[in-house]
Amino acid sequence: MFLDIDYFIFGIMPYIALTVLIVGSIARYERDPFTWKSSSSQLLRRRQLFWGSVLFHVGIITVFGGHLIGLFTPVWILDALGIPYALKQWMAVLLGGTAGIAALIGATLLIHRRVTDPRIWQTTSFADIGILVLIWLQLFIGLGTIFLTLQHMDGAEMVRFMTWSQSVILLNLNAWAMVVDVHWLYKAHIFLGLLITILFPFTRLVHMVSGFTAPFRYLLRPGYQIVRSRRQKALPKHTVQPKAQAHANAAAKPQPAE
Amino acid sequence: MSHLLDRLNFLQSTTLEQFSNGHGQVTRENRDWEDTYRNRWRHDKVVRSTHGVNCTGSCSWKIYVKSGIVTWETQQTDYPRTRADLPNHEPRGCARGASYSWYLYSANRVKNPLVRGRLMKIWRKMRETMGPIAAWTKLQADPVLRASYVETRGKGGFVRATWDEATEITAAANAYTAKTYGPDRVFGFSPIPAMSMVSYAAGSRYLSLMGGVCMSFYDWYCDLPPASPMTWGEQTDVPESADWYNAGYLLLWGSNVPQTRTPDAHFYTEARYKGTKSAVICPDYSEAAKFGDVWLNAKQGTDAALAMAFGHVILREFHLDRQSEYFEAYTRKYSDFPMLVKLEEKGGQMVPGRFLRADDLDGKLGEDNNPAWKTVAFDGVSGGLVAPNGSIGYRWGEDGEWNLEEKASEADTSLKTSFILEEDHDDVVGVDFPYFGGEAYGQFKTDADHPDVLTRNIPVKRIKTAEGEIAVATVFDLFCANYGLDRGLNGQWVTSDYADDMPGTPAWAEKITGVPADKIIHVAREFADNAEKTKGKSMIIIGAAMNHWFHMDMNYRGVINMLVMCGCVGQSGGGWAHYVGQEKLRPQTGWQPLAFALDWSRPPRHMNSTSAWYAHTDQWRYETLRADEILSPTAPEGDWDISLIDYNIRAERMGWLPSAPQLKTNPLEVAKAAQAAGRDIPAYVAENLKSGDLEMACEDPDNPANWPRNLFVWRSNLLGSSGKGHEYFLKHLLGTDNGVMGKDLGEEGAQLPKEAKWHDDAPRGKLDLLVTIDFRMSTTCVYSDIVLPTASWYEKDDMNTSDMHPFIHPLQAAVDPAYESKSDWDIFKSIAKKFQEIAPGYLDKETDIVALPILHDTPAEIAQDQVKDWKKGECDLIPGKTAPAFVAVERDYTAIYDRFTALGPLLDKLGNGSKGISWDTQEEIDNLSALNGVQPEGAAAGRPKIDTAIDACEVILMLAPETNGNVAVKAWNALGKATGRAHAHLAAGEHHQKIRFHDIAAQPRKIISSPTWSGIESDKVSYNAGYTNVHELIPWRTLTGRQQLYQDHLWMRAFGEGFMSYRPPVDLKTITEDVQDDGDNLVLNFITPHQKWGIHSTYTDNLLMLTLNRGGPVIWISENDARSAGIVDNDWVELYNTNGALTARAVVSQRIKDGTTFMYHAQEKIVNTPGSEKTGHRGGIHNSVTRAVLKPTHMIGGYAQQSYGFNYYGTVGSNRDEFVVVRKMKTIDWLDREKSWNAPAQEAAE
Repeated sequence: MFLDIDYFIFGIMPYIALTVLIVGSIARYERDPFTWKSSSSQLLRRRQLFWGSVLFHVGIITVFGGHLIGLFTPVWILDALGIPYALKQWMAVLLGGTAGIAALIGATLLIHRRVTDPRIWQTTSFADIGILVLIWLQLFIGLGTIFLTLQHMDGAEMVRFMTWSQSVILLNLNAWAMVVDVHWLYKAHIFLGLLITILFPFTRLVHMVSGFTAPFRYLLRPGYQIVRSRRQKALPKHTVQPKAQAHANAAAKPQPAE
Repeated sequence: MSHLLDRLNFLQSTTLEQFSNGHGQVTRENRDWEDTYRNRWRHDKVVRSTHGVNCTGSCSWKIYVKSGIVTWETQQTDYPRTRADLPNHEPRGCARGASYSWYLYSANRVKNPLVRGRLMKIWRKMRETMGPIAAWTKLQADPVLRASYVETRGKGGFVRATWDEATEITAAANAYTAKTYGPDRVFGFSPIPAMSMVSYAAGSRYLSLMGGVCMSFYDWYCDLPPASPMTWGEQTDVPESADWYNAGYLLLWGSNVPQTRTPDAHFYTEARYKGTKSAVICPDYSEAAKFGDVWLNAKQGTDAALAMAFGHVILREFHLDRQSEYFEAYTRKYSDFPMLVKLEEKGGQMVPGRFLRADDLDGKLGEDNNPAWKTVAFDGVSGGLVAPNGSIGYRWGEDGEWNLEEKASEADTSLKTSFILEEDHDDVVGVDFPYFGGEAYGQFKTDADHPDVLTRNIPVKRIKTAEGEIAVATVFDLFCANYGLDRGLNGQWVTSDYADDMPGTPAWAEKITGVPADKIIHVAREFADNAEKTKGKSMIIIGAAMNHWFHMDMNYRGVINMLVMCGCVGQSGGGWAHYVGQEKLRPQTGWQPLAFALDWSRPPRHMNSTSAWYAHTDQWRYETLRADEILSPTAPEGDWDISLIDYNIRAERMGWLPSAPQLKTNPLEVAKAAQAAGRDIPAYVAENLKSGDLEMACEDPDNPANWPRNLFVWRSNLLGSSGKGHEYFLKHLLGTDNGVMGKDLGEEGAQLPKEAKWHDDAPRGKLDLLVTIDFRMSTTCVYSDIVLPTASWYEKDDMNTSDMHPFIHPLQAAVDPAYESKSDWDIFKSIAKKFQEIAPGYLDKETDIVALPILHDTPAEIAQDQVKDWKKGECDLIPGKTAPAFVAVERDYTAIYDRFTALGPLLDKLGNGSKGISWDTQEEIDNLSALNGVQPEGAAAGRPKIDTAIDACEVILMLAPETNGNVAVKAWNALGKATGRAHAHLAAGEHHQKIRFHDIAAQPRKIISSPTWSGIESDKVSYNAGYTNVHELIPWRTLTGRQQLYQDHLWMRAFGEGFMSYRPPVDLKTITEDVQDDGDNLVLNFITPHQKWGIHSTYTDNLLMLTLNRGGPVIWISENDARSAGIVDNDWVELYNTNGALTARAVVSQRIKDGTTFMYHAQEKIVNTPGSEKTGHRGGIHNSVTRAVLKPTHMIGGYAQQSYGFNYYGTVGSNRDEFVVVRKMKTIDWLDREKSWNAPAQEAAE
């Protein structure tokens, strides 16, 4: 049976990616929760980490957020708000481009640091360097698509991607057809994005989730002394009574209840 | 059940249960995560063990094992209670010990036998066509092949080998060396047997069976205080730490108890709670300083001046102005104060000479036995001269009067300590005392101006002797004059005013030490006052600090004098508490036959390491200290203008110190020649030495015939820790890259030694083979040719005792040795087995000749009343009397293994014993046959087995009086025969007590009192040194039989140390114009104390400990000194002098006194150490900037207590007089790039 490559990447792969992402992450968290970490190499060498890490993280979070909002905001909302597609695209190009460049510089610094420092290199796993290189490539391609985008500033292309991604979420099995004839650079970008999503549970990328699930509630805790009780339910109040009161109760006992 | 679901708590109620007015809250979340931590501490079994080298603590530990893996350790808490009023011993242990289990599975563990790659390649190639001995012979005969591996030492390139290969190379090298050069060219170095006595014994038993040399450590470490054998005839005996609690006054002098005696420190705290007063003396603000009621921060290296001032005050206020009754009685009975000293004339002046002996007097006071060794005193009862009981002359050749009863010739006496009264003296004469304070240089200089000879008036008696009329004085009268005390006799250099700047006074000491005079007076008064009121419960705790100076004897004798003046020695709660290094091997008498194979052949070959390394690492070629710089201005006439190695050669020749190698000719060949000539061996050797046909090896240490050829290092980090003159070791002994920057005497054009033969080209790479046995890849391993992986301390069975407490502990195999490692016992067994396999036909039954120095505690110790050198024709060469004894020893090289694993027959014949007494021990041998079984076959068929390490433990426990009550009673009875007194009551109650290995595995056991030691174990008093001397009237094993504060040997007088005095640090001249770079102006005194994060129960490569400090080598420096050199905290600095260079980070601290730098010793060069800018090689260790320097007075022998004993007496490796240039490093080079000079190392690694 012939399987069209476009059909596979844009029609099937998104579901594989989402499944692996969700099931893989849960499995990892259940099986080996102590590996859920960013594996920072700051202890081994501080130099170059500050600029590399800050540029990269600020850039990548902006880009990531931009993609989320940009791709998954229903088109009718844009219409309802009266935001011209071209304007949105301009915003995406400017914001995304700036953040993307920052992230790319950051990622370059991080790769350089990771490869050249013998101590860090010794403690680097294949996954560590692999994911970093993939992200660098993704950023590079992503920035590359800006030049294509600038050739058609009407936003039509952008709307196609929005529609595609939202169709995927809505389980529209024909969604793939919408992006079949876009430039191959866009396709490569999407493919890499899906690939990174698949790899997510198997790399240090999982620490992204820790950002959302940090114990914020702790900051607002009412008490400073925490008692981790083994009881599933609280004891009824006043089970243990002050002595005087217990005496009083005992004395009161023979009294018939009213 | 699910971590994820548990985390999804956003549906839970946000109103949490609270308590304590909202300050606390209750959560109800899943707690399964806690199991992770619970599992970390879950275990299958707990095994009792302890830490096996160096650590004095001897703490009992619980070792936890899970799934066959040692997971961690904690302190045992089941010590038996000792005495009712004493605090418990537990908890004992420290952070170092608690981090030991890290080693078992660390990356630094030696996992397989390793052989230097090039050596392995050559060996495998040769073994294809040759047998092992033939292969080694061919390899050594080819200088290019030999150099090819020798030069790569320390540059990596190890390859894995099998046990079979590694032991084969080792055994072949040993056999070749024994046959070619002599068995005494095979050396073995291992320290501190007490901490794992069977592991030590494994190597020493193998070496002793084959005729190899066991090297000492205690003197080499400079932990041996020669003042102790000089004063007491005792190596070092000290109170247990529990006895601190009994003290009324504790003087901590250079000891940092909380840091370096951590498990014992609680007794110090508890004593303080009890109300014991404490003064702390140390130059830096140490951890101990905060315990003190007063802290005296004396300048480093000037302790003797402080001690002298203390003594000055004590004598003035407790002996002269007012005579304390207790002090008077104590010193009269237990010190040499009443003994008479002859005054001799030198250049028209009088100087203190020898002790008066019975031999000097007409009629010899009726003493026929050893009259030359019986000292004389004036008796108040008879009004005449007597030879009081107890002097060394009574010890040998007769029985019953060697005791401290106040008797002489069976008549009661009351000895006079002074002739100060008008009616007691015949005359008052001026006597010269040397003064060395004027020699101080650099930062030790003061503005005081005293001459180098001080003449003081002494009351004397004139008596008739065989030589005519002479003047004699009591030791006490001379002693007081030496302290500068005015006794109303007029004359110069004495005073009754503490504020006079006159040698001996507090005001004088203040100038030198920087300690205010009023504080000196205060502490001295309190110390003595407490001793008087409590009858001696003033104690001085000393660390090695003071002992590491060249003139350590002066520091120590100053302290000992104070204790003796105040009657503290031998009294519970008082005395001299020197806790360094020797770590009492309590069942020593049971251990010695095992360790030195005395059950098969005697004597073993023992060597004092300081002299050996000084000669064989060619440190003598760079000697900067001349004898005339340390000679006394009052020295008797003599040939004193020789170099330090010449003194050592004379000492070896006269039988004072041991030699290794011994004769230039192979002793196996000499024996053959003697036998061929049909001659008696000692006579043959004597004759040929006199004729010059035989030579002593010491006279030409650089001749290839006299090099040490094979060296075993086990339980030790010789090259990373104790090796003073580290770079000289690398240059001459190993022949590899080194950082020596100075020139030798030949290059300098300086005066060459007279006795030692000089070769212009110094040899490099004397060792054919260096075998190190360790569980971790230490600095020493890195430089070795073969590294054998040994069991760690939790993987072997062994035993461990300490001087800090009375218990005996086991080491036990909690798990089997990891990887391919084996216990030391099994390693040496396997080498012995290999030797036995390959030797027959090459070496068979051979006669060896062992040169034996004159030993302390043997009848020979009274050999040399006068100093006479046979080589100069001053006397005849009489082996064992004027020269070493030459003893024929039968060796069976075809039965090394058979003998190793069985208890030999010599004990049946000769019995067992130590310290001059012996007893029959057949009963114990029969018991061992029953307990261990007997060997069914081989050369030792029918003898008790010693197959396993536990068998070996049982041998020790069965034979030792400390662990077998029956032997203890026999031993006390044997001593009673010599003293004429009954001592057996000290052990009678323990008669049936026998401690076995499984007893100590169950719980630590207290030892039984034995005459091997001078203290007792009882429920009345804590163990305290000298207790039996004072309370059982057993003499000290000295010339006078008493605590001897005056040393009358010719060399002692020549070097001005008849009496104690202040001698400033010596100038080692290691910072020359050549070596010091322009702009490097910071020069500091280099001090190497014990550290907080390593050594003892762990080493400085332990990650857990490294994490607690700076993760690598550091030096400490004061704020002012740091500022002057532009150094800030944590900078990389380089320290250098002509000896070499080292790199480290700087810890800038207010704690350190200006003018000094501390480098905690034994920080490994293998961890975080960059290259030195000065030498271009990797940083170096603390000993890269030091060099050993010998002191002639430590070489004295054949003279009662000043006779040699292994680890007991001899030259010591001092290193604190050293100075270094300190500078900030410009470039930090980790030497981790490939370099052209790296090429050979790489090739070796192929």
